[in-house]
Amino acid sequence: MIAYIARRLLLLIPMALGMVVVTFGLLLLIPGDPASVLLGQEASPDAINNLRNTLGLNDPWYIRLGVYFMHLLQGDMGRSIFQNQAVSEIIVGRLGATIELAIVALIFACLIGITLGVIAATRQGSLIDTISMVFAQLGVSMPVYWLGLLLMLLFAVTLGWLPAIGRGTPLLQATAAALTGQPHVLLDSFAHILLPALALAANSAAIISRLVRASMLEVLREDFVRTAYAKGLRRQRVIIRHAFRNALLPVLSVIGLRFGALLGGAVLTETIFAWPGLGQLTITAISQRDLPLIQGIVLTFAIIFALVNLVVDLLYAAVDPRIRLG
Amino acid sequence: MEPALAVSNLNVEILGENGAFPVVSEMSFSVNPGQTICIVGESGCGKSMTALSLLRLLPESARVASGSIKIHGEEFLAMDQRKMEDFRGDKIAMIFQEPLTALNPVLTIGEQISESVRQHRNAGKREAFARAVKCLELVQMPDPERRARQYPHELSGGMRQRAMIALALACEPKIIIADEPTTALDVTVQAQILGLISDLQKRLGMAQILITHDLGVVAETADRVIVMYAGRRVEECSVYELFDNPLHPYTVGLMGAVPHRGEAAASPRRLADIPGTVPALWDLSKGCAFAPRCPGASSRCFEERPPFTEKKPGHFAACWEHDHA
Repeated sequence: MIAYIARRLLLLIPMALGMVVVTFGLLLLIPGDPASVLLGQEASPDAINNLRNTLGLNDPWYIRLGVYFMHLLQGDMGRSIFQNQAVSEIIVGRLGATIELAIVALIFACLIGITLGVIAATRQGSLIDTISMVFAQLGVSMPVYWLGLLLMLLFAVTLGWLPAIGRGTPLLQATAAALTGQPHVLLDSFAHILLPALALAANSAAIISRLVRASMLEVLREDFVRTAYAKGLRRQRVIIRHAFRNALLPVLSVIGLRFGALLGGAVLTETIFAWPGLGQLTITAISQRDLPLIQGIVLTFAIIFALVNLVVDLLYAAVDPRIRLG
Repeated sequence: MEPALAVSNLNVEILGENGAFPVVSEMSFSVNPGQTICIVGESGCGKSMTALSLLRLLPESARVASGSIKIHGEEFLAMDQRKMEDFRGDKIAMIFQEPLTALNPVLTIGEQISESVRQHRNAGKREAFARAVKCLELVQMPDPERRARQYPHELSGGMRQRAMIALALACEPKIIIADEPTTALDVTVQAQILGLISDLQKRLGMAQILITHDLGVVAETADRVIVMYAGRRVEECSVYELFDNPLHPYTVGLMGAVPHRGEAAASPRRLADIPGTVPALWDLSKGCAFAPRCPGASSRCFEERPPFTEKKPGHFAACWEHDHA
């Protein structure tokens, strides 16, 4: 088990290197130049060229890539061209907000998706089945920026129940505050995260609910479910203990993949809801062609995604005794 | 003596796209405590449907159209959900055909057995687990304590079937239904498992309904035998009478298809087969379902279905041929 985890962690290294090369290549291909963005439209070609020399942008690509790698091996992601701050510092400052949003959205997606899926499967063909599948269809089809704006319009503008934009106190700190007698801090944090998390979760919730439904329907027809009924167990117990646990197996790997999608979706969601996370930063970095920052963010996302998948694989082995990690 | 299980005039139908058609028709039998009744027939003759209906476990596409199933005199079909669930696993239990798929892959053997005990005996977790280990011991599972903590995939086929039997016996049911309990097993293990079931059945005084297509199994275990064809009984008698003096041509055909030891040396013969195939259940004629394959069929057999009647004391059959016998 420990050997397995160690091996998986070691595999992160080639993955990260590949990721850096691919991102670097993509950034070479897109038009635009940080030096001209930085100096503005009025700048003279000479000034731009000087700045490019200072930033090392006039070196051949293999030298730039080599230099980047050298720094990376020393744990240095370089400096942001625009913010004149270490990339790693900028990312660390923003990462918490994004992870918080993605985790809360994932919890929403699982709660909504699994509940709807199980109910739909156990009442196949009923009205509630139809309604939840219509919801799933909507959830899959609605892009996050559209749904986000609708939610904002309804709950923040029309009803005025929830704040439209921004983030409250980080949830961990807010929880600590609530424990020391300041529950309103936590409530405020919840109020802020509710809309962006819902908007972000909708798509995943829809996908998970459809998957859970299909998986449950399949498992409910299995022989061991019949055996469970033959033992005289109550229907509820058969569904939860026997069917659901088995139905969860294929869903689990998809939930891991959804986390990646949530990180990606966070880019749009954070922009709409002015959520101060990495996603918002990504948009800024790309529009400014802040190359080291983009590299750093992509690398961070890739490593988080890989780690989440490792956790999913470990969970898989915990839920299904037939799986041996090795 | 009151029979442990009395089935009368049971009709099961499948709800197809073009309406319902019968899969089991006019099924009646009763089993006393300690007795074994075998239901024999080819695949698709309705024997498994009969078994499942005894536990009200029919798939959604099927249902009991009419009839009665009495367990110790109580009408099982009329019970509400709660009471039926209380009976299942406690008064009447089932051993399924394929233990690998019939056991839950993500729960240990011990968990699966003790679950039944906890449901019916109000036992605590530890107490129920101890009972599960006892049951595994009863079915001669080697190292029961350890096996109880293992998952189905960690056991061999024979051991899995032993676990399945232990599961069925966990609450000491008075009636046990075994649906082809040895079909999925190696031949060498088959005899052991059959011996085990018979032995436990005698010791615990259970009534047993054994579903099989194997006449060898019938000869070894049955007291009485019901032969089914196309959803109906065609013959019923004691096991000795069946092998000595089969009346229905279908039974005779089945016997002919079984090789006998020493026979080849004395007078070599080809194993007999029954020409034709089992008719589709949604397409049955008004006459005897076996008539198209019967060597002695007369025109009457195609026109009128023969009633299931007592031809000799204790020996029933549905055939026009033996009416005068």
